[in-house]
Amino acid sequence: MSQSASTMGNEKIGSSRRKFLKSAVTLAGATIGYTWLKSSQILIFAAEPKDETLPWYGIAIDIEKCIGCGSCAKACKNENDVPKEPFFFRNWVEQYTVKNDGTVDIVSPNGGIDGFVQRVPDEDIFKSFFLPKMCNHCAKSPCEQVCPVGATFLSPEGVVLVDEKYCIGCRYCVQACPYGCRFIHPVKKVANKCTLCYHRLKKNLAPACMEVCPTGARMYGNLRDKQGPLVKFLKEHTTQVLRPNLNTGAKLYYNALSSEAR
Amino acid sequence: MKRYIPPQIPRLALAFAIVISLFLVLRHLLIPDTFGKYGPYRAASMDDYSTIEIHYAGQQACFECHQDIEDLKALDVHSGIHCETCHGPGQKHSTSAEAADILKPTGREFCGNCHMMNAARQKDAVLQVDLTKHNIGKNCTECHNPHQPWEMKK
Ligand code: HEC
Ligand code: HEC
Ligand code: HEC
Ligand code: HEC
Repeated sequence: MSQSASTMGNEKIGSSRRKFLKSAVTLAGATIGYTWLKSSQILIFAAEPKDETLPWYGIAIDIEKCIGCGSCAKACKNENDVPKEPFFFRNWVEQYTVKNDGTVDIVSPNGGIDGFVQRVPDEDIFKSFFLPKMCNHCAKSPCEQVCPVGATFLSPEGVVLVDEKYCIGCRYCVQACPYGCRFIHPVKKVANKCTLCYHRLKKNLAPACMEVCPTGARMYGNLRDKQGPLVKFLKEHTTQVLRPNLNTGAKLYYNALSSEAR
Repeated sequence: MKRYIPPQIPRLALAFAIVISLFLVLRHLLIPDTFGKYGPYRAASMDDYSTIEIHYAGQQACFECHQDIEDLKALDVHSGIHCETCHGPGQKHSTSAEAADILKPTGREFCGNCHMMNAARQKDAVLQVDLTKHNIGKNCTECHNPHQPWEMKK
């Protein structure tokens, strides 16, 4: 009686050990297979190696200095051949006017290119400010994550770009961007957005919007350079990104951003 | 005990092997060379961007031929404003030196873009005038030199 019970026990242990060994070998095999695939990139593409020698671009905008001239929005359209219709913008300026009754009036006539005419009389205004907007070049950009074909990506320099040859124009990224910084190019039928003037950066020229800003309200720079002007600016000012709650890793920092700004 | 393997298993395995290798070959042919070099995207598209032509030359380019104007500008309040902010893209003009390739802005609205009264404009960032009151009927440049605003023309 007890004998048979013990043999039954041995058998049980034996079969479960075999099962354990089997699954251990499968797991190990799968892991090795995975790493092999990964290194040879047959099926899985390597995660981005962050190259420390390249800059990691960030942007700062000083709202206190912005005079709402729209030069940045105009220059952006000229430099990047953005369609002139008043609803395609890579870069635009909004005017926020908080009225004494608590309501907020937001205008952006042709993105600010045509100039701002104050439309709320002085006595009704609690406060008013300009808010220049452009791509935040997020480190964890939602637009990049939703792209089904890998046509939009974060370059090793931290610039979010669109591969126009690869984009299928599905508009997912336009929907996904919480800052409204993308549109579908009416002629090319592919996604279009701020590239931080990547073609200019490569020639050591400032992005067009920064070149023409008359008051130095906009700046770009290398966030890795701890002695650089951008990091210095961030150190000396109280800056904030738009919609920090969305955790997009936005790299466009505003000085003096008011809580009404969306 | 020899395990019985049904004949359809090896046949199926062969079919699978063919389909999978076909898939891998097709995939290899369809995916562009540089895809996956840095991440799940075509690395060569960054080179495509580098070949786009610039339209704004940067103000250093203007000094080569217009140092006189820069010397004027440097003395006065508009010193921080680059040439192309007012004159528009100048890459074409920088190589052709033709007057037709560059903008010569005129009109009260042009100066007004920056100087018109607006509650959002910070007074210490830029002085503002009421366009409907400040010397109406005259072009700003009849009195102010755009490159040296306080050097009034007679
Ligand atoms: C290679 C020399 C050269 C460079 C570089 C150059 N210019 Fe000129 N520019 C000229 C010449 C020559 C004229 C006179 C053309 C004429 O009158 O036909 C001129 C005329 C102008 C005019 C007057 C146009 C008019 O309608 O009368 C403006 C404005 C101007 N340049 C702006 C610029 C700006 C801004 C830049 C920098 C982006 C620049 N230039 C760079 C040579 C140059
Ligand atoms: C604040 C805007 C502004 C800036 C900045 C500016 N210009 Fe001008 N510029 C003008 C205007 C406006 C005129 C037209 C003047 C007129 O019609 O009398 C003009 C005229 C000119 C002319 C025609 C000749 C003349 O003197 O009338 C040249 C050349 C010129 N600018 C070159 C330059 C260059 C080079 C720079 C940069 C160093 C520059 N400008 C910066 C506004 C500007
Ligand atoms: C792109 C924006 C811009 C344009 C266009 C522009 N200005 Fe200015 N202007 C400024 C800024 C910014 C300042 C103040 C600079 C400073 O204080 O450092 C200024 C200063 C001035 C001042 C001196 C005010 C003071 O602070 O003492 C005068 C006068 C002036 N501009 C006249 C003009 C005239 C006239 C024109 C049109 C030909 C013009 N501006 C076009 C941006 C502009
Ligand atoms: C008839 C000549 C004349 C014309 C035209 C003219 N201005 Fe003036 N502007 C002056 C004089 C004189 C002053 C200095 C005294 C004053 O503040 O009125 C001045 C002052 C200014 C100031 C400084 C204001 C301040 O508070 O000190 C600005 C900015 C300015 N002008 C811009 C412009 C603009 C923009 C235009 C075109 C819409 C223009 N001006 C047209 C003569 C002129």
